[in-house]
Amino acid sequence: MDSTVSTNSEESVWGGGNQPLNASYGKLMMWFFIVSDALTFSGFLASYGFSRFKFIETWPIADEVFTHVPFFHGNYPMIYVAFMTFVLIMSSVTMVLAVDAGHKMKKNAVIWYMFLTIIGGAIFVGSQAWEWATFIKGDYGAIETKGGRILQFVNADTGERAAIADFAKTIPSERNELERNEGVWFMSEPTLPTYSVNEVVEGFKADSNILIRTETINEKGEKTLLTREESLTKLGNATQVVEGANLIHNEYGSRLFADFFFFITGFHGFHVFSGVIINIIIFFNVILGTYEKRGHYEMVEKVGLYWHFVDLVWVFVFTFFYLV
Amino acid sequence: MAHEHKLEIFRGLVKFKSNITKIWGVLIFLTLVTAVEVVLGIIKPESLTGTSFLGMRLLNWIFIILTLVKAYYIAWDFMHLRDEKSALRRAIVWTPIFLVAYLVLILLLEADYVYEVYKNGFVTWNF
Repeated sequence: MDSTVSTNSEESVWGGGNQPLNASYGKLMMWFFIVSDALTFSGFLASYGFSRFKFIETWPIADEVFTHVPFFHGNYPMIYVAFMTFVLIMSSVTMVLAVDAGHKMKKNAVIWYMFLTIIGGAIFVGSQAWEWATFIKGDYGAIETKGGRILQFVNADTGERAAIADFAKTIPSERNELERNEGVWFMSEPTLPTYSVNEVVEGFKADSNILIRTETINEKGEKTLLTREESLTKLGNATQVVEGANLIHNEYGSRLFADFFFFITGFHGFHVFSGVIINIIIFFNVILGTYEKRGHYEMVEKVGLYWHFVDLVWVFVFTFFYLV
Repeated sequence: MAHEHKLEIFRGLVKFKSNITKIWGVLIFLTLVTAVEVVLGIIKPESLTGTSFLGMRLLNWIFIILTLVKAYYIAWDFMHLRDEKSALRRAIVWTPIFLVAYLVLILLLEADYVYEVYKNGFVTWNF
């Protein structure tokens, strides 16, 4: 960088002397990238806000969607995401410590802190994969209506959610999944749900303890519960059973919620993943002594900026997907 | 590279002895803020969910403000913007803030309009 700037004077170039803004070329370019990437993420989150405000009365409540913790049964809303947030912040801290050790030219300390940062990133990506798997698999199952709305089931006496497996009747039928080898042309169909609409409806009629919950949020901020009669009328519109979530159907409520969840957390997860890869490359460079020879550890500082940025984005994703 | 570190946070209220202790201090602060958010999110106090300000529940405003606080400390201390020249800092911070505030304002107003059309117009979608 020094060779490309030809001023000999001690004048202040935006406060930085020979290096404008007192930041090296590489660091400045990293900041350019971070600002543009921040705008990309903001665009995604703003469009999430658009869809949410458009369907403000029927949007899923995050506390009821993400309730699982690995290895534990029961209802623990947000605990696991809070853990993930902490892991990411913690790995940011070890990154800062690596940068700090780099300034003091302590090679072994940099190696250890980079290693811990990589481990933290890997734990986070793994946790996110688990979140996705749980979300895709689903909890209780639901019914989708003609209008594409979701009807969920609740036990009338306890107020707890009821899984369709708990009350659906088993009616023997001849419906088999159409597979490629039996199709006339390139015909096949997605996996059939465990129960048919008919089985769920019959099971619902037989069990007077089950009520339907619609997507609509009432003044208390809870989903509206229908009476028995209203529930039966609603079930007349049922078209299919939904288990879990994908880009087209979503048992938790609005399908847009699932679309944005996959897209935004996926895009963020991809950033974390590439961050881990870049960290690993730098980690090996530190071990090989590249920066020791170069005389400074600025490269660690630059990947550090990217790593903190990933953490920064997660803080916003956490708020807008899980809290608000 | 900025080798000198500014070691004061909270506008000089807390001053750390070295950069390393400052980082741990910031970690404790960020963890506390996250813990407060999670606890509020689980309890959802009636007083905060019941009242709304500018069309949004008070609780959600608290979440958003706490998020901005966290973002500030991540950018200022982890990304060491605190140690950079103020011109660089302003270029980095105000550009996205201006653009994002504008985009969010436009999109949310538009979304609210579409919501009104769905609610009061002759459109049936919730069936």
